[in-house]
Amino acid sequence: MTAEKRKEGSFLSGLLRNQIFIPIAALLLLAVFNLLADPSFFEVRLGYNNAGSPVLSGYLITIIDCGTELAILAIGMTLVTAASKGQDISVGAAIAISGSVLLRILCGTESRPESLHAPIIVAFLISCLVAMAFGAFNGVLVAFFRIQPMVATLILFTAGRSIAAWINNNELPIVTDETFAWFGNYIPGIPIPTPVFIGIAFFILTWALLKFTNLGLYVQSVGINEQTSRLNGLNPEIIKLGTYVLLGLCVAVAGFIKVSRLSTINYSVVAKDIEMDAILAVALGGNSLSGGKFNMKTSVLGAYVIQFLTTTLYKFNVKSDALSAYKAVVVILLVVLSAPVVREKISELFRKLTASGKADAKA
Amino acid sequence: MKARKILSIIAGTAVCAAMLASCGTAPASTPSSAGTPSGGNSGSLIKVGIINNDPNESGYRTANDKDLKATFTKENGFEASFAYSLKNDEQITHAQKFIQDEVDYLLLSAADMAGWDSVLKDAKDAGVKVILFDRTISADPSLYEASIVSDMPKEGKTAVDWLKDQKLDGYEIIHIQGIMGSAAQEGRSGALNDAAKELGWTIVTQQTAEWNAEKAQQIVQSVIDSGKSFNVIYAENDDMAKGAVAALDRANISHGVGKDVIVMGFDCNKWALEELKAGNWNYDGQCNPFQASYIKDIIDTLESGGTLKEKTVIMDEKGFDATKITAEDVEKYGI
Repeated sequence: MTAEKRKEGSFLSGLLRNQIFIPIAALLLLAVFNLLADPSFFEVRLGYNNAGSPVLSGYLITIIDCGTELAILAIGMTLVTAASKGQDISVGAAIAISGSVLLRILCGTESRPESLHAPIIVAFLISCLVAMAFGAFNGVLVAFFRIQPMVATLILFTAGRSIAAWINNNELPIVTDETFAWFGNYIPGIPIPTPVFIGIAFFILTWALLKFTNLGLYVQSVGINEQTSRLNGLNPEIIKLGTYVLLGLCVAVAGFIKVSRLSTINYSVVAKDIEMDAILAVALGGNSLSGGKFNMKTSVLGAYVIQFLTTTLYKFNVKSDALSAYKAVVVILLVVLSAPVVREKISELFRKLTASGKADAKA
Repeated sequence: MKARKILSIIAGTAVCAAMLASCGTAPASTPSSAGTPSGGNSGSLIKVGIINNDPNESGYRTANDKDLKATFTKENGFEASFAYSLKNDEQITHAQKFIQDEVDYLLLSAADMAGWDSVLKDAKDAGVKVILFDRTISADPSLYEASIVSDMPKEGKTAVDWLKDQKLDGYEIIHIQGIMGSAAQEGRSGALNDAAKELGWTIVTQQTAEWNAEKAQQIVQSVIDSGKSFNVIYAENDDMAKGAVAALDRANISHGVGKDVIVMGFDCNKWALEELKAGNWNYDGQCNPFQASYIKDIIDTLESGGTLKEKTVIMDEKGFDATKITAEDVEKYGI
């Protein structure tokens, strides 16, 4: 009897303590809310776009499509958070830079070129290098100069969008080549948005990186205790720097999708405030914002939960400038829920409830 | 350990310096490059100090800056100094500097409405004539000679009048707004709201996309996903109209001249006018950035001893209809 009780209690508190609990619960809450309010939310239709190729549409497709950039950024942000105990707030500005580089190479100095000046893959790879270089800049400041990450990345946060404008000489180039738009929209004949595939490919790569290398372990050990990891032969500076460079790569991929969606860029508004959403995704995934252990899956899930929330609010015609207020409520709930005191109290409450339930049944 | 500490202090200082530099360079360097008078021949030239917002802010501002630079040249008899900032206090500092440099005219596009009284009094005492362009301020009108502004409510009204003339059987409008509270948003939204109330037009959704194409795309996507019908997209700038059109293309909803959905934008970017010319959009409202010629007229009048007819000059602003726009218009009015 006591054994059974303990098992049940530990199951509940285990569930509560499990990292995946928070994003799953949030997702379920949103899903149930939408189901009750309007079941057509979950409807997915097959239609045709203006080019005549089949496309799937519906809110669910919008969510997995538009959430891609955020999910990719959440991956990099999780690593950075875990290793350096802080967040990179310059990812939005870095997206502007990498997008600007991409267009500079594709369009040359013309604002509306007849044909592309370089293959898309070349432009993409160069934008990756540039974004990783900017990531390395942040990483060096954080790892070697020991500047607080948020302060170090504030530099790029402030200057990034001006740099992006400067790269293209303040022009706003428009790519007319159709194949470029495939990456942010649909490839003719395939009804699922391309960003979904890019996202999946990126997740698999990350999974493999964490599975077949010791990167995850190293990052966690640096985040938990730098001195100990140094004594164990790790170089914390290099590991931290590495996470920022990886975030740079994530930025380049996200920027590529963003620019491809509209085949153009607006430096002052592209990926605006996305850094806050990326940090929120990490927090929503139950990861500690002060570094150490991390769970990549929950961060990615967290990113899609945020997009789910955004899409739901759009659906119900909530004023979009009030969106951040709703996100703030989520943040407050999260912070309160993840506080150890509260968690202890809740699991205690559950234990008491089940105990009294058992006692009643016995009587 | 000690070395590291010192290193970190140095790095910290470097960061602070870099941050200051990143905020400071754009405005600070420009006046010094063009600002210092070159010497004796300045007697024949009219000295103007121009304080503007950062040209990187938008295509509108870039065109505005280019126009000013093209007008106030040595050939036209001007010696112009430029200073840029999006911050009011920095602009005021630049203004003080221009007054010290004894410019004849101070041209000002203020970042904020408030806070200009004392510096403009200084200007008046020093005999510097002030002309406002693009934006008004809340100071006493006696402190400046003239102001040249866009009439945003009129821009909105021109667009809404055009929409009225389309005589659709029913109006179901997706209204995509700019950043709430900005003059452009209030003017352009106000006209549509009034017309909708008066004529019983349906506003399917009214959302701010904060001048952002991506957000506009998501808003329109959301309306399409919900299955609501609509036949007009009223976007308060070109970028947002572009985002909206991307969502329409995805869902195979035809748009443009003689199609299912009417697309309206503002600002007359060149690429937007080209969309208009191709018949993909229906209407684009101008927000005239070319104030330099108006300013020059005013300066010429004042220099020849004349008086100005009116204190506030409202610029001509056009609205372009896709069925009537010419290639010439695209070249001339596209920014």
